[in-house]
Amino acid sequence: MKLVTAIIKPFKLDDVREALSEIGVQGVTVTEVKGFGRQKGHTELYRGAEYVVDFLPKVKVEVAIGDSLLDQVIESITKAANTGKIGDGKIFVTELEQAIRIRTGETGEEAV
Amino acid sequence: MESNLNHIYELQYAMDTFYFLICGTLVMWMAAGFTMLEAGLVRSKNTTAILTKNVSLFAIACTMYLVCGYDIMYGGGLFLSGITTVAGMDEVAIAGVLAASNEAGFGDMGEYAGASDFFFQVVFVATAMSIVSGAVAERMKLWAFLIFAVVMTGFIYPMEGAWTWNGDSVFGLYELNYSDYAGSGIVHLAGAAAALAGVILLGARKGKYGENGQIKAFPGANLPLATLGMFILWMGWFGFNGGSTLKLGGIGVANEVANVFLNTNAAASGGLIAALLVARIMFGKADLTMALNGALAGLVAITADPASPSPLLATIVGAIGGVIVVFSIVFLDKIRIDDPVGAISVHGVVGIWGIFAVLLSNSGATFTGQLVGMLTIFVWVFGTSLIAWGIIKAIMGLRVSEEVEYEGIDVAECGMEAYPEFVSAK
Repeated sequence: MKLVTAIIKPFKLDDVREALSEIGVQGVTVTEVKGFGRQKGHTELYRGAEYVVDFLPKVKVEVAIGDSLLDQVIESITKAANTGKIGDGKIFVTELEQAIRIRTGETGEEAV
Repeated sequence: MESNLNHIYELQYAMDTFYFLICGTLVMWMAAGFTMLEAGLVRSKNTTAILTKNVSLFAIACTMYLVCGYDIMYGGGLFLSGITTVAGMDEVAIAGVLAASNEAGFGDMGEYAGASDFFFQVVFVATAMSIVSGAVAERMKLWAFLIFAVVMTGFIYPMEGAWTWNGDSVFGLYELNYSDYAGSGIVHLAGAAAALAGVILLGARKGKYGENGQIKAFPGANLPLATLGMFILWMGWFGFNGGSTLKLGGIGVANEVANVFLNTNAAASGGLIAALLVARIMFGKADLTMALNGALAGLVAITADPASPSPLLATIVGAIGGVIVVFSIVFLDKIRIDDPVGAISVHGVVGIWGIFAVLLSNSGATFTGQLVGMLTIFVWVFGTSLIAWGIIKAIMGLRVSEEVEYEGIDVAECGMEAYPEFVSAK
């Protein structure tokens, strides 16, 4: 099993959710997050004076899936969240040791 | 026939009194406008403190003006002892008013309840003091500010008000030939001059200016509140300028009042549009806070003569105010005068523009008269304020400690946060 963590632009969340449902992903967890990347945030002007926005708002999408879905999930997210501009985000893939459905006690791929 | 006329004069007296009271109520509401504007433009950690300052200064202004301010400015007696009481308005007094009205006819300017005059004047003092609170926000001690409010509203403002609106001679030295309809100079420049003196002695907010000349922005916490504040001020200004006609009864006067409302509205619109455009051109973004300041600048600019300009001229006077205010805010930041809400620019720099804009529409005003009036107000208010702030600084200090400034004045001085359920960014 894999845990796919995608950091995306907030306005792309709906597209990503739809793309993931289409390929049969059963559930996702979404968190509003802030962070910076290679751009190190950006500057804004307020009343003529500059200020640095250190951390930009992003959305973190977490998807737990069976190994067979991994390539499809990566492709869907990459496609749906892409604008071609700086700040589109990143996808991280980690090994998932175990998953348990709390209600039934099912484990492994049955549970994700 | 005479008794019919007397009925009409009684109605005129009632109408003019009522008009004063309603306009005064509108101006009173400007206190809410200043409060919301300032609460929106400071950081959330200083919100409770700015709210406390604004409600307290309003009450202090009303009390001090009642105690001695009105007496200094208009000779109304200490504790308003000179104002006609309910019992004092007996049949003889009423007959006196009617006789005066019959003599002067409908052109008479002075027949309304004395208490309504006080009520209308007192809210102007509060306005002048409200201007100060925004400029010194986020680093001044609450009690230092409130002590200054006592001096400003009980003495400094009434003195210059007496020289201008009441026509008293300046310390017996000279008399002003100065035209200022509703107080671009008398109220707004005066408030800004007191604020400037305070800011100079107080210094900038920590971290506002870097060592290499960088200017750091501290974005306001709540722009919806700031916008609401601007609209409340805009609305209250109809009372501020409209009431300054001092009368409503009579066709000529009613027409003047209507023009004052029209021009006040036009100037605010002109100021907002101009500031929005200038900010967009200078900064590349439509800076809302500048647009808000622009509307207020338009209002301040037209205040010295809202009656005689044509609607087009009023719009232009307001628009020039809107342009000035953006450049002034940027300039004051350059010379490290830290004014979180732009009060010194809006009320002071644009107030000066308003004083001289009178020359465009009022042929009775002279450049020298306006200049001498402006300088008298500024030198007096700035000088005495500097002394007052200086004494307060020597006795108790003006500024909160560095730690309190970092943590926010809300908890340190008021013991409560404005938004306790939010996670705050210091």
